[in-house]
Amino acid sequence: MTAPTTYAWEIEARELRVKAGRRTAVDGVTLTLGRGVHGLLGPNGAGKTTLIRALATVVKPASGTLSLFGGGDLRDVRARIGYLPQDFGYYRRFTVRDFVSYVAWLKEMPSRDVPAAVQRAIDRVGLAERADDKLKSLSGGMIRRVGIAQAIVNDPEVLLLDEPTVGLDPMQRLRFRELMAELGADACVVVSTHLVEDVAAGCSDVVILDRGKVVFQGTPARLAAAGSGDHPGDSPIERGYSATLALPDRPGSW
Amino acid sequence: MTAHHPTDQSLRRYERGDDDIPADELWAVESHLENCAPCRARLVPDPVATAVWAELQPALDRTPQMPRARRRWNGWFSPAAAPWLAMVVLVTAAAVALDRLGLMAGERVSVVLLVAPLLPVLGVAASWSRALDPAHELVSATPRAGLPLVFRRTAAVLAVVVPGLSLAGLVTGVGFTLWLLPCLAFTVGTLALGTLVGITRAALALTAAWATAIAGPPLLFQRTPLLLDTALTPLWLALLAAGLVVVVLRRMAFTRLETNL
Repeated sequence: MTAPTTYAWEIEARELRVKAGRRTAVDGVTLTLGRGVHGLLGPNGAGKTTLIRALATVVKPASGTLSLFGGGDLRDVRARIGYLPQDFGYYRRFTVRDFVSYVAWLKEMPSRDVPAAVQRAIDRVGLAERADDKLKSLSGGMIRRVGIAQAIVNDPEVLLLDEPTVGLDPMQRLRFRELMAELGADACVVVSTHLVEDVAAGCSDVVILDRGKVVFQGTPARLAAAGSGDHPGDSPIERGYSATLALPDRPGSW
Repeated sequence: MTAHHPTDQSLRRYERGDDDIPADELWAVESHLENCAPCRARLVPDPVATAVWAELQPALDRTPQMPRARRRWNGWFSPAAAPWLAMVVLVTAAAVALDRLGLMAGERVSVVLLVAPLLPVLGVAASWSRALDPAHELVSATPRAGLPLVFRRTAAVLAVVVPGLSLAGLVTGVGFTLWLLPCLAFTVGTLALGTLVGITRAALALTAAWATAIAGPPLLFQRTPLLLDTALTPLWLALLAAGLVVVVLRRMAFTRLETNL
């Protein structure tokens, strides 16, 4: 069905440096990501959001190279990306269907494909019954799901989700992980989160970012193996996370 | 293709979906069927379509159809701009009212003329800025983001501002030539300056410039603003052209997030 790919990795970054205002938030990141669900972990201010913005091509890297799908025209690359920003802003007066179809239009999908793709995206996040309700009438968790629906409406090959599980209740989080596993089968999904258990349960691969640098990349099992009983944390993977960040030794950490 | 067609028995087992067919036999039957139309015809007896239809029909009535909901958005107007464009219309109407009453600036200065350059600045800021459009980051990341979308949205703003001002001009007797060029120059100026410092800052800067250079003096000294004199038409044309050049040269700025906000 799909044409053979001409690139090795969906996302390939070399020595990437990205500024957020005057601060260098991402400082020399070298990273290759292929299909699967990649969890992006790190303390607040580690540069997760800035890195995701750079991957979404809305922020231009200060130096280094970033190539998505082996490079190419910005417009073509963007048509293959799905992006849920951390502060997901929306139009309160739009219905779920209107909002997702507006994003589909912005993504330049052929107009005859839009209604079916919109319906499918809304179904996948479990909002079919609220499809014609206005966004201002939805709860916070439902709004997040609208955010996920607009990101997946174009069947993206690279899906970038910045803190998608904020505001989801435990059942919805389980359903979200299932959806990620489904999508990760044929797309490169990058999920930034500060919840270590999200990563443990749903990700095939973990990237830990600390002060703008990649300090760990590997499977959740390898992360768990990095910790020992001495490191703070309630689960093996939390202890591995603390060990990787060397948390107790950090000045001013809490 | 192959001379050896599968036996009736193995076809029937394949058709029934028996799960005890040995894998090699299953593959052989399946790959044979892909290439042999006569065997596919043996597999699918004629009444099958009727049978499938008979099973489907009752289900169809129960399946919800995709609603043919008419979309309530428009590719020209920014969804965030609607309240601001309504305000633009109100300000125009208020300017006409003030002119008719002769309250604000006396008989000699038209308020319509004074507000003309400011109105599109508001509309443009509402259409493409991180501060006023909640979904700005989302929109900036899409393939459609960029100069064509910005021009579209600007055209939509002008489609509200220009007819409004034309009507106001007819009512109050302010000539077309006096306000049209400053209005367009401020529009393009907002975009041009916006590519350098962000649309929000550009709109604030141009509003300040308007207040000090155009609206201030006439309101203080009760005379027609110098800058809106027809003798200055070449100046406004030059500004308009310069703005367009900057916008086109810096067009990639519209595909990125305004990071300097």
